[in-house]
Amino acid sequence: MSTAQRPNKPRLADLTSGWDDRDLIIYRLLLLFAIVFPFGATFLTGGSGGALINTAADAGVYVLLAIGLNIVVGYAGLLDLGYAAFFAIGAYTVGMFSSGQLYGSPLHHEIHLPFWLLLFVGMFAAAGFGALLGAPTLRLRGDYLAIVTLGFGEIVPRIFRYLGPGSVLGNWTGGVNGIAGIDPPSLPFGISGPWENGAAFGFLPRFDFIDPLAFYILMVILVVLCVIAANNLYRSRLGRAWMAVREDEVAAAATGVNTVAIKLLAFAIGASFSGFAGTYYGAKLSLVSSENFAFVVSVTVLIMVVLGGMGNIPGVIIGALGIYYVLFNLLTNLPDLAVNAANSIGLGFLNTSKGDWIGLHDEVQRLNFLVFGLILVLVMLLRPQGLLPSRVREQELAKGISEEAVFDLREES
Amino acid sequence: MAILLVLFIPRAASDPSFFVQILVYGLANGAIYALIALGYTMVYGIIELINFAHGDIFTLGAFVSLPLIGAFGLTEGQSGSLGLYAALLVIAIIVMLILGGVNVLIERIAYRPLRHAPRLAPLITAVGMSFILEGLMYIWRGANNIHYPDFLPAGRISLGGSASIGYKDLIVIALAVVFVIVLTTFINRSKLGKAMRATAQDQDAAQLMGIDINRTIAATFFIGAILAGAGGIIFGLYFNTVRFDLGFQAGLFAFTAAVFGGIGNIQGAAIGGLFIGLVKAYSDGYFTSQLTDVWIFSILILVLVFRPTGLLGMRVPEK
Repeated sequence: MSTAQRPNKPRLADLTSGWDDRDLIIYRLLLLFAIVFPFGATFLTGGSGGALINTAADAGVYVLLAIGLNIVVGYAGLLDLGYAAFFAIGAYTVGMFSSGQLYGSPLHHEIHLPFWLLLFVGMFAAAGFGALLGAPTLRLRGDYLAIVTLGFGEIVPRIFRYLGPGSVLGNWTGGVNGIAGIDPPSLPFGISGPWENGAAFGFLPRFDFIDPLAFYILMVILVVLCVIAANNLYRSRLGRAWMAVREDEVAAAATGVNTVAIKLLAFAIGASFSGFAGTYYGAKLSLVSSENFAFVVSVTVLIMVVLGGMGNIPGVIIGALGIYYVLFNLLTNLPDLAVNAANSIGLGFLNTSKGDWIGLHDEVQRLNFLVFGLILVLVMLLRPQGLLPSRVREQELAKGISEEAVFDLREES
Repeated sequence: MAILLVLFIPRAASDPSFFVQILVYGLANGAIYALIALGYTMVYGIIELINFAHGDIFTLGAFVSLPLIGAFGLTEGQSGSLGLYAALLVIAIIVMLILGGVNVLIERIAYRPLRHAPRLAPLITAVGMSFILEGLMYIWRGANNIHYPDFLPAGRISLGGSASIGYKDLIVIALAVVFVIVLTTFINRSKLGKAMRATAQDQDAAQLMGIDINRTIAATFFIGAILAGAGGIIFGLYFNTVRFDLGFQAGLFAFTAAVFGGIGNIQGAAIGGLFIGLVKAYSDGYFTSQLTDVWIFSILILVLVFRPTGLLGMRVPEK
C-alpha cells in the first residue's frame, strides 16, 4: 500500500500527532519504557540492577516469540502448538556451530561461526524446517494442522536429546546435558572502543557481551526490528492475503489468493522469528538443553498471544511481558513474599513445617500451578478477545455477537 | 520406518515369546490410553475443543480413589475376596460420579461462556483448567510418586514359551473392551446418544429439533469424565504408582490416539489407543525408549498427511 492512500498516517517519531491512536501511544510508551528501564533499574537498586536487566533481556526472547507466533496464529489464523520446535532449532544452531560441541561429533572439528551470521542461519534453518513441515500438512483443516504441529513440537526436542552420546549417528547435541560453553557474541566486524575497559563512560562500566546491559540493548534492537518487520508484513499484500485466508479460506481462494502458498509463507516466516529468538537465547544463556523447549513453552507463547490480543502487535507485546512477569517473577517470588509478610504481621510460626503443613514457603510454592491456571481462566472469561485486540477483529467480533443475540432471542420466544 | 520394520522382523522372529510378552504389555497399556482417548474424541466431536484438562481428570480419578480406598478399610494383601472387588466397584462408581460432576462444572465455568468467543479462547481456558487441576493435586499430595495399592490378583497364565499373560493384563483389557462396547451401544441406541450425534453434526439444526444443547454437551463431558476416572483407577491398580502430572503425557498420547483413529469416532479412539500402546511397548522393548515418542508422533503426522481424517474417520464437510 503506498503512503498516498494514507496521507495522514501518524508517525511514531512525530510527537505532535498520533495521541488519539491507541496502538501508537502504546508503542511510544513501550519504547520510552525500554530506554528508561536500565537507568531506572540501576538507580532503584543502588547500582546493582544487573539481575533486573538480565530478566528483562530474557523476557525479550518471549516477546520475539510472541510476535512471531502472532503472524501464524493472529494474522493467518493457523493454530501452531509446536512453536517451541523452531525455537529449539534456532538455539541448537547456535549451540552446534558456535561452540566446541562438534569436536566430539563424527566431524571432529569445532566450528565457531560469528553470532551475527548465526542469527540469520538460525532464522533460515527454522524457516526451512517450517516450510518442510508445512508443505505436506498445510492443506489439512485447522485443528488437524494444530495436531501436526503439536506432534512436531514433541518430536524435535526429543531428537535433539537423542542425538547425544550413544546415539546411532554420533554425538551432535550433547544429549541430556545439552550444549554448554557457547561463544558469547562480540561486536561485529571486530569493532572495539574505549567502552570495553570501562574508563570512557562512567555510567557504562563495561560494554561487551558479558554484561546484561549489552544483551538488553541487543534485545531491544532485535525487538524493534521484528516489530517493524511484522508491521510491514501486516500492511503488505501478503498480510492482506493472510487475513483473507483467516476469515474465509474458500472466498480467499476464489478471489485468486494461492492459499497453500500463503499459509506456507505464514508458517515459514513465523518459524523464522522463532529461530531468530532461539539463536539469541542460546548465545545469551551460553547453554542449550532439550528441557527448555518442551510443550509448555509452545503453550506459554500461545497464551501470551491470545491473552494479549491476537493479531495486534502492541497487545501481543504487552501479553508477553505480562505473562513473563507473572510466570518468572511474580510466581517465583511469591513464596518469599509470603514468608516476609507472615513474619511482619506476627504469623512467623506459619513458616516452619509442622505435621502436614510443610511451611508457608513451600505451601505457597505449591500454589504456582493453581494461580497461573486461575489467571488464564479468569482473563479469558472476562476478555475472550484478549487484553488489546486489533481493532479490525474487535469490530468483527462485536458484529458476530450481535448476530448471535438476534438468534438467541428467537430461540427463547 | 521401513528400515525399522526390516530390523524388527528378524528380531521378533528369533524370540517369539518376548514378542508375545510385549504384545500383552502393549495391549494393557493401550487399553488405558483408549479409555482416556474416548473422552477426548467425544468432546472434540461435539464442540471441536481439544480439552487439555481431560488428561488431568484421568489423574484426578486415581487421586480421588486413594482416600476412598482408605475409608473403605481396604489394605494391600487381601486380594482375592469377593468383598474386596465389590468395595472396589463401589469406590469406582463414587469416583466416576465425582469426576463427572467436576467435568460438568469445568464445562459450565470455563467452556460454556466462551462457546461463541474466538476459537482459541476456550483452548486457553482448557489449558488453564489443566493447570488448576494439576495445581490442586500438587497442593494435595506434593510432587512425589504416590504408591497406589495393589489389589489385582498376581497370577499369570502361560502362553507357551516364556510368555505369559497376567490376570492383571486380562482384567485391564477386558474392562476397556466392556467400556467401549457399552459406550458404543449407548451412543448408537439411546436417545441421549442420538442427541449427541445430532449436536455434533449441526448444533443449530439440533437445537431447532428440540434438543437441549447445553444438557447434551454437559452429558458428553460427564461420560468422558466417567471413562477417564475409570482409566485413572485402572492405571493406579495396574502400575501401582501415580503422580500429579501423570495426566499430561497420558493425555497427549490419548489425544494422539483419538486423532489417529479418526477424531469423533468411538471405535477409532479405542483402536488408536491400543495402537499407541503397542507402538510404545514395541519401541521400548526392541529399540530405545528415548525415541518412543518420536515414533508415535511421526506416525501421527504421517497418518494425518495421508489420511487426514484418521483411520476410521469419515470425511466431514468444512463447516
